[in-house]
Amino acid sequence: MITAGIDVGAASTKAVIMDGDKILAKSRQLAEGEEEQVIKDAFEGALSEAGITKDSIDKIVSTGAGAKNVDFSDDSITDISSGARGAVFEVPETRTVVDVGAEQARAVKCNEAGKLLDFATNERCAAGSGAFIEAMARALQTDFDKFIAYHFESDKDIPLNAQCAVFAESEVVSLINSEATTADISRAINNSIAERTSSMTRRVGIEPTVTVIGGVALNKGFIDSLQRFMETEVAVPDDPIFTNAVGAALIAQG
Amino acid sequence: MAEDKKEYFRWVESTYVNPDIDWKKAEIISAGIDVGSVSSQMCVLCDGEIYAYSNTRSGSSSPNSAQNAMDLCLKDTDGLKLDDIHYLVGTGYGRVNIPFCQRAITEISCHGIGANFMYGPTVKTVLDMGGQDCKTLRLNEKGKCLNFLMNDKCAAGTGRGMEVIAEILKVPVTDIGDRSFDIDEEPEPVSSTCVVFAKSEATGLLKDGWSKNKVLAAYCAAMAERVVDLLNRIEVEKDFAITGGIAKNKGVVKRIEKLIGVEALEPKMDTQIAGAVGAAIYGRALYKKQKK
Repeated sequence: MITAGIDVGAASTKAVIMDGDKILAKSRQLAEGEEEQVIKDAFEGALSEAGITKDSIDKIVSTGAGAKNVDFSDDSITDISSGARGAVFEVPETRTVVDVGAEQARAVKCNEAGKLLDFATNERCAAGSGAFIEAMARALQTDFDKFIAYHFESDKDIPLNAQCAVFAESEVVSLINSEATTADISRAINNSIAERTSSMTRRVGIEPTVTVIGGVALNKGFIDSLQRFMETEVAVPDDPIFTNAVGAALIAQG
Repeated sequence: MAEDKKEYFRWVESTYVNPDIDWKKAEIISAGIDVGSVSSQMCVLCDGEIYAYSNTRSGSSSPNSAQNAMDLCLKDTDGLKLDDIHYLVGTGYGRVNIPFCQRAITEISCHGIGANFMYGPTVKTVLDMGGQDCKTLRLNEKGKCLNFLMNDKCAAGTGRGMEVIAEILKVPVTDIGDRSFDIDEEPEPVSSTCVVFAKSEATGLLKDGWSKNKVLAAYCAAMAERVVDLLNRIEVEKDFAITGGIAKNKGVVKRIEKLIGVEALEPKMDTQIAGAVGAAIYGRALYKKQKK
């Protein structure tokens, strides 16, 4: 059975096509311009990569913040369900899923089948989401790759007191003007969001294995900080941005 | 692109000197400096009456911000100098970093006393909407603070939040209040609390065909809703007054009044100086005590 999973997120839309347990194609489109077009482009990108047409897909399931806006899907599910299913598929020993996206963060407790047991979310505040890191990196005037490299150049834990991203941006500017190095500040930023993520995850309980998905999982500095705050190793799938779309495609498989 | 360089968050800095007072004849000259995260003020009292004040933007260093506020305040005061001031009290977020003040007092105490002086002893509830925090105070008839609640963790509901909105929509911050009423019908408040998310929400609403004014209305309404939570928790008792920079934004003030069903007292002077006024009043009392 061939299925598609479409994850409509705040920063990008991800489409995955699967045949049973096998991933046939993946495609991602940044959320620039009309959402309808972004969704269409992501889906068509995956279709052409798989070399098939829409007619050969048996079922399409959408997920993510804009799941309801995929007018051609057969079903829409929450990113809590898709994240759990996708994470357990990619890292079978997963019992806790931490999903940190551009504008939201979730912690999900699940069983060995990827079924949801409990969850906690933050979707009201940028502190603890990718938007926080973006704003801070902007204040530091650095790009993503350099930001991660900086993190590992520091072993000093300096505090970043502000919780709000707007206030933290001014705090980072003050830090730049103080004695702190860019490396120390980068580490402080990752510590700050990791602390927020860790306390959200504690609300559902931290049961190993903890798997981190979503775009922010690509930030190795964040993963390093998170492991210290959670006091446990965490796993990251090979392509954590697509985990929700994979989960949706798997749920479509039935 | 000259338009892009314009700083929409800029508000008007101000100074005032009372022409009817001759400071040389004053028995006690006291002063207060309020160094906030976004703005700094100084107020000079001659025998308990407001002689001069200044309201300026804070810089990155508290001592410099205090110095700026003082330079501006004393600029047209006929030679009044720091040495002529009998007692100077510092308050606000940067109060411990003001080198030339004799005492630092918390802004909660100063705002209570300041609001009592500015609005009269009937004021029981004060909402202070500052640059990076928002406070509600309950006062007794002497301006003593009986209870307070504060949000200093989140930019939503603060002046800084409003500045961000001004920059996003490219509307001067001082125009937001009036423009937010220039609409056909009152929209629903924006849904996101977070100022960071407000950016993508604003873009979305404009794309949906909303006018800038309507988006501004939705923001003012969201900010009003946000602070009304604090007001409801402390329970508003009349008279009610609003201080701080956002008190000058009618778009937020009117919507707060509507939500709580209580009108705020009309301000008679710059609403941002309440902390500095309170500090100067403390300064006067402390000087009297010291002389005894």
